[in-house]
Parts: sequence; C-alpha cells; structure tokens
Amino acid sequence: MEPESYEKGFLAASAVMLAIFLAALAYSAAAMGIALPGQTGAIYCNVNQRLRKVLRSTPPFDSPGVHQTAPGKYDVVVIGQTWSYTPDRIEIPAGSEVTFRGTSSDVIHGFLIAGTNVNMMLVPGEISTLTYRFDKPGEYLLLCHEYCGRLHHTMSGKVIVK
Amino acid sequence: MSTPIVTDPSGFELPAKQLAAIKWNIYFGFAVLAIGVLFGIEQALNYAGIDIIRDYPLVHSYYQGLTLHGVLNALVLTTAFANGFVSLTTARGLARKLNGPMLQASLWLLIGGSVMALIPMLAGRANVLYTFYAPLQAHWAFYLGLALVVVSTWVTSANQLVTLRAWRREHPGQRIPLLAFMSITTYIMWDIASAGLAIEVVGILLPWSLGLTAGVDPLLTRSLFWFTGHPIVYYWLLPVYISWYGMIPRQAGGVLFSDTLTRVAFILFILLIPVGFHHQYVDPGISTGLKYGAAILTFGIFFPSLMTAFAVMYALEIAGRRAGGNGLVGWFFKIPWDDPSVCAQVLAMLVFMLGGISGLMNASYDMNLEVHNTAFIPGHFHLTVGTAVALSYMGIAYWLVPYLENRSLYSRRLGVVQAFTYFAGVLIFSRGMMAGGLAGMPRRTAIAEASYYLPEWRIPGIMTGVGGSIMFVGAMLFFFNLVMTIAAGSPIERGDVPFTSTVQTPATVGFLSQMDSLRYWVVASVALCIVMYGPFLIAHLPPEVSILPLQNP
Repeated sequence: MEPESYEKGFLAASAVMLAIFLAALAYSAAAMGIALPGQTGAIYCNVNQRLRKVLRSTPPFDSPGVHQTAPGKYDVVVIGQTWSYTPDRIEIPAGSEVTFRGTSSDVIHGFLIAGTNVNMMLVPGEISTLTYRFDKPGEYLLLCHEYCGRLHHTMSGKVIVK
Repeated sequence: MSTPIVTDPSGFELPAKQLAAIKWNIYFGFAVLAIGVLFGIEQALNYAGIDIIRDYPLVHSYYQGLTLHGVLNALVLTTAFANGFVSLTTARGLARKLNGPMLQASLWLLIGGSVMALIPMLAGRANVLYTFYAPLQAHWAFYLGLALVVVSTWVTSANQLVTLRAWRREHPGQRIPLLAFMSITTYIMWDIASAGLAIEVVGILLPWSLGLTAGVDPLLTRSLFWFTGHPIVYYWLLPVYISWYGMIPRQAGGVLFSDTLTRVAFILFILLIPVGFHHQYVDPGISTGLKYGAAILTFGIFFPSLMTAFAVMYALEIAGRRAGGNGLVGWFFKIPWDDPSVCAQVLAMLVFMLGGISGLMNASYDMNLEVHNTAFIPGHFHLTVGTAVALSYMGIAYWLVPYLENRSLYSRRLGVVQAFTYFAGVLIFSRGMMAGGLAGMPRRTAIAEASYYLPEWRIPGIMTGVGGSIMFVGAMLFFFNLVMTIAAGSPIERGDVPFTSTVQTPATVGFLSQMDSLRYWVVASVALCIVMYGPFLIAHLPPEVSILPLQNP
C-alpha cells in the first residue's frame, strides 16, 4: 500500500471515531438524562446594590435550605459566600431526586459533591441548576472547587443521605 | 548513532543583533520557568500533605505560589519561547531578516510587562491565579503587565507579516515555504484568539482595578477569558508542532511526508478557535445547546492532532527503517534515542497521546461533570502543556542553545537522562492527580491545610508528590545542562536550523495551491467566532450584573 492510502485511511477512521464519540455523548444527554447546568435565569444587581441584600429578596434565595416539592422530590437552595455555604448541612432521604439551585453572593465559587455527578459553578448574578438522584445512603463531602480567596480550602459542607 | 544535521546549502543566517534578540527571548523564558518550577514542587508536595510554602522566601501562601507557577509557566514562558523561536523559524523559512526595531520592541514589551506583573505577584497583591476570575481583584500593575505581554505577541506577528509581504514581493506566485507557513499561521491564529483576553483585561479589568469602574459581570469576564483560554493552548502547542513537523523528521534521520497535510493541520487551528465554552460546561447562564456546539468544535480540533500523530510518527518510521529497524514496531527503537533533542521530543509526543485522550474526556460534554475543576484537570494539562510542550521546549533547546551560542551541548548523555527523568515523573504525577480527581479531589486547593480530606485521596496525593518531585529533578538537570553549555560548552562553528524537506512537495496548480491565501481562513475563523459568541455577547452587553471586587484575596 502507498503512504497516501494509509494517510487517507487513518484520517477517515479518525473522523468516524470522533463522530461516534459525539453521538454517544448526545445519546447520554438526551436519552439517559445526564444534564448539564444551562440557562436558568439571572439575578439583576446594579452597582449601587449589594448582591447579598438583593438575594434576600430574590426567590428562591430568600429561603435557602431543603424544600420538598413532591413525594421523593426536593429542591435544595444554596448560597455560596467566602468561605462557606448556606446551608452547609443538607439532609435528604435516600432515593430522592434533588434539584440544586445555587448562586453566589460575592465571588465565583464551586459546588462539588464528591462521589456524585453534582458539579457546578456558583457565579454571582447567575442561577445554577442541576438534578441528581441520591440512591446510596451515607455522608457525602460537599466542597468548593473554585479558588475563592485565602481560605478557599476551608469552604465545605456535608450532604447526609438517610 | 544519530544522523548528523546537513547544513542547508542556502546557508542563510540572521544578523547577529537579531539572533541576540531571539536568544534573550528564549533565555528570559527559561529563567522564568526556573522560578515557576520552584513553586511547582511546592504544589505537588501539598497534594501529598506536605506544606513547605511557609519556608519559602517572600512567598507565604499556597495561592500566591500557585499564581506565580501558573502565570510564569503557562503565560510568560510560553509567550517568551514562542516569540523567540517562531521569529527564528519565520526568518529561516523565508531566508530573510526580520524587522529589527519590531524585534527589539517585542522583546522589551515582553520583559517589561512580565516584570510589571511579577512585582505585585511577589508582593502578594495579585493572588488571583492565572485565570484571574473577577470579582477577585489584583493590583492594576498585574493586568497592565499581562496586557503588555500580549502586545509583545502582536508586535511579533506584525513583524512576521511585514517580512512575509516583502518576501512575497520578491517571490510572486510562489508558495510560502513550509517552515514560514507554520510559523506565520501560528501567530495569525493567536491574533484572533487573543482578542477575548485583550478586551477583558484592557476593556474591563484594568479600569476596574484602577477604580474607574465599580463592578463587573463575572460571567462575561470569565467567558471572555475562556474565549482566549482554550486557543491559548494551541498557541502553546503550535511552536512545538513546528518542531515536530518541521524539524524532528530531519533530526531523526527521516523526512516529512506531506506538505499539504501539514498546512491543513495548521489552518484547522485557525478555523476552530471558538471552543472556549467547553471550559464552562458546568457554568450557569450558558445554554446547553451552545455547550454541545462547543463540544462538536472541540472534537473537530482533535482531528488535526490525529493528523499530527500520523504525519510525525510516519516521519519517525521512515527514519527508523533507514537506520535498519524492521517489523511493525522495530523501527521505533532505531530512531536516534541518544540525541537528547530527538529523545526529549519523542517522549513528549508519547505523553501528548495521553494528554490528548484525557483532553477529549474533559471535552466530553456531560462526562465533564465527573472531572470539572477536580485534580483530573491539572493531571491532564501537565501531560499537555506541562510535558508535551515544556519537554519539547527543552528538546528544542538541546540544539537551539548550541546554535545560538556557537557552543556544543555540555552533555548529551545528561540531556537523555533528563528527558527520561521528566517523562517518568510526569507519568506518576498525572496518574496521581487524575485518580484523585475522579475521587473528587479538587484542583488548586491547599489540600495540606484543608478542613476536609477523603481517605481515597491519600495514595493519589502521594503519587502527585513523588511524581512532581521527580519532574522537579528533571527540570533542574535541564537547567544545569543549559547553564553549563552557555558557560563551558566547547566552541563550534554555527550550524543551521535543522528543518526538513517533504516527500510530497506543495501543490502548484488547482485548489490546493490556493491555501496560502491566509485572508480567507481569517474571514472564516472570525465568522465562526461571531456565530459562537455573538448571541452570548449580545445578551450580556451592556451587563445587567455589576458585582463589587474582592480586593487582595
């Protein structure tokens, strides 16, 4: 075989491989319901306002915490601030489907629950939404995975699944 | 026995003053790398639970050290090396001297800007990491210094373009020589890609840090950053591709097969710039459709790297078979492993395969939930920029520094040992970081001081510390060889830039002969940028959100 045909064959195989990967990802998102955070709303805050105060009168962030919305379904409303979460202890029953609604009241924070697919950014002025089903009981570590200032490594919490 | 480099018969040499400017770009880059790696080892040991930053002079916080490590290694070293090396390859490719004043201006902008950014970093007034996400706020000198570094790249690009224009006037109708084509397209790509960072820094962060404006829209600044923040990795990589495509085939004793394939690879990097949203898969405020679009383009940009894998490996196979290698893989052991320049860069290529695969994982849309902002990410990019790029810079230096100094390399054997040391180190280091990341170990976090710790991070953390320490030793061996070459290498006559010829020469008729018309690629690239970023920018301009700074984080 001439080098040209190897070259063409390799490039064709490369293109097919990448197309298959993309199709698999589209399938996982559409059919398996593994969703990313998307465009779920912003929080208007002008320069004369303090974001912390704005949040106090902006639903759902006027009442952070765990709220049952239907049998087996919960909304968890979380605010990140330097260097803690409100709330920093989240208790939910095993098997429940939890929708996290998060934002930040100061700088950009992260929101990662180790051992799960819950991984999102908390950006001031934006609302992050992600849904996850907690089947396995136990204590999960919640931590900030975006550098947010000198005590970033102390920003953590717990998710307790009973 | 390695193949001796054949001197090109045209024997073009740059004027001594221009070579000196190129030399100081390269040396400044390596000097900065030397500072950067001092903070690298501290990061790696931190993941192993060992906190040594308190014993450092001047710098006392993990995040200050991390800012220095990231800014110096990922932003300053890469720019300094690219400005110097790509200026050289442009001039040598066109066999034409550059514009002297522009070359000097670029060097001084780079040094001046870097020093201006370094001062607040050392003073602890810019602990914002190399991504400097607002509302974290650094001293204005940090932003101004970085802006000057970016301007130095534009001056370098302008220098290439005026040199190309003069060359074209004298060579009407001719194809641009391949070495120059790769060099010039690298910087054209960067000219477009750097727009996001320039607008963010000059238009928003600099006036904000001077107190001229009060608040920022954090999602807007972050998105502008990542507009540049992904294609900046092409800017790190493409000077190395110039070496892999353009020099390694000849250094190894082979030849590059296809001129056309090489040019197409570089053009694809110009075309596929707007992929930055794949760094923001888990961000709020960006539609999932746009994120999937970024995934498609990112998988597209993997294609030229697969082309590179074919083209460069085929060139090495030609070399190995010429040297008597047989069988399916036997040729691989016959390439000149005793040449430190070849050895370091071939090891860098092997690591880049792992880097590419792990990068594809990161880019895999919803799979990103598993790895975003975990230690998996630095595990990945120490395979790419930290080794594929950095170890290749070292490999290039093994011929480039003797070329610039007219001195032979102090020790070839030490160079080979150095390359294998660094290679072994990064494999352990990245394996540790990736395993930790999959278990939720966060990136850029002072784990040794953290208020939490999971038992499954222990072994990955130790691997990170051990691997990072071995990489540190590898880097020190490089600096030792470099300094000894400059100080005590035996004098030799100046050689030549070892660039390769191709088996298939560039097309002179038909469609393929038109691909040097760079303006078409620029127009297409800008159009795609507008498609990807236009709607987002319209929705965010003027900003509806204005957040006050967190000063001196």
